[in-house]
Amino acid sequence: MKFHRIAALLSRHLYLYKRSFPRVMEIIYWPFVDLVIWGFITLYLERFKGTMPSFVTFFLGALILWDVLFRAQQGITISFLEEVWSRNLMNLFASPLKPSEFLAATMLLSIAKVVTVSFVTVLVALFFYSFNVFLLGLSLVPFIVNLIVTGWCIGVLTTGLIMRYGQEVEVLAWGLVFLFQPISCVFYPMSVLPEWLRAIAWMNPAAHVFEGMRRVITTGGFPVQDLLWSMGLNALYLAALIFWFHRMFAVCKEKGLLVRVGE
Amino acid sequence: MAEAVVQVQNLTKCFGTFTAVDGISFEIREGEILGLLGPNGAGKTTTIHMLLGVITPTSGAIRVFGLPFDQHRETILNQVNFSSTYVSLPQALTVEENLRVAAGLYGLDRVSERIDDIVTRLEMQEFRSKLTRRLSSGQMTRLSLAKAFLSEPKVLFLDEPTASLDPDIAAKTRAMIQEIRRTTRMTVLYTSHNMREMEEMSDRIIFLQRGRIIAEGTADAIKAECGETDLEEVFLKFAREPEAPVHER
Repeated sequence: MKFHRIAALLSRHLYLYKRSFPRVMEIIYWPFVDLVIWGFITLYLERFKGTMPSFVTFFLGALILWDVLFRAQQGITISFLEEVWSRNLMNLFASPLKPSEFLAATMLLSIAKVVTVSFVTVLVALFFYSFNVFLLGLSLVPFIVNLIVTGWCIGVLTTGLIMRYGQEVEVLAWGLVFLFQPISCVFYPMSVLPEWLRAIAWMNPAAHVFEGMRRVITTGGFPVQDLLWSMGLNALYLAALIFWFHRMFAVCKEKGLLVRVGE
Repeated sequence: MAEAVVQVQNLTKCFGTFTAVDGISFEIREGEILGLLGPNGAGKTTTIHMLLGVITPTSGAIRVFGLPFDQHRETILNQVNFSSTYVSLPQALTVEENLRVAAGLYGLDRVSERIDDIVTRLEMQEFRSKLTRRLSSGQMTRLSLAKAFLSEPKVLFLDEPTASLDPDIAAKTRAMIQEIRRTTRMTVLYTSHNMREMEEMSDRIIFLQRGRIIAEGTADAIKAECGETDLEEVFLKFAREPEAPVHER
């Protein structure tokens, strides 16, 4: 892997944000609107609080963390779509750029997106609802890292599918991640799921992150087991998906799809 | 005789039951400009795509600088570039930003100096800071050529590079390609539908039809072999023949 090629691809995407208001909106406006709406719902629900310790902490914390996963996925998929829309894949892959460098650049870009979006959501939560996500403690940091990796996994999967099946499946860039939301147990514990769905959720690293977050809030302890499950599953999925992405890339080159995607 | 820089042996590409390129073999020597001629769908672009590694051949071998392409992709592509009228650069970036990204992809040094030089040579100063989406098609072609020349490649693939240029810029572009070829011994594979341009630019011509080489040689040799005085007549003759014979090379 050559860093200059990764940096070149990163700069290509950062140039876009320099003068594109809609792209800036994507990382500021939508997270802001999301948080404001959910914040008011949470305030309303808090009037009926009984057994649950804090609606604000549960819901706003969950929403901020879900946005981490969502933006990490978008960082990869939308970057690929930008290349499809501008019909730039030929320029990229007829250069010495490798698919692994392409993925590395989009992963770094997704971290930049996550940092920006988190900055917005954390500030909105603080000023509108007096909710300081950092009160949850530093123990959240490894869970956040795991959510980013889960986002990458879904991003690599979505990108591989779009590369293979073309713009017909472009909608997956926004939709596929939400298929994982019910089994990520973002806003409710895994125990509320029917047993068969619980088994599926157990295989989802994000579900362990959100379970862990709830344990941090309710017990104040560090849920090592949740973290280990999440890390193990993420490592397994990311390795498998990167291998699969390279295979898809090879299939696309065999079928001549790489030069046709976007046409 | 100069060394063969690009060697293609029995190159075949099938898409399902359709054979786009059918067992072609050729060489391009150092400093040579080889013209690839043929009607639409003859397999010219597919051949270039295989030489650039964006399409995997079904069978056959490609060697560049004596190295098998499939095993030395990175080393080879660092010294190869291309320009095509049909491939655009990101529209939301300025001309200069696109060139900077390209420079990064090829790991170039003296980036500003190189960009200044190529922008001057291709007379792009007035639209250097313009967004690519605001360029005319001729300006867009010049940007694509600037991207290709920026890395000072040893091998250059040009797919109809002057198709949308006005005669003045087209003539300057051809002169620049010839000058760079003369001074750097750059090897060029050139496609065009402009027969006069093909004759002017190419040391040798390969004529492709239905994925097969049906004629190969200098423009004069091909014209003589076909009993024609004009390359355009040769083109029409081949293109209209239902099953053109494969000439011995």
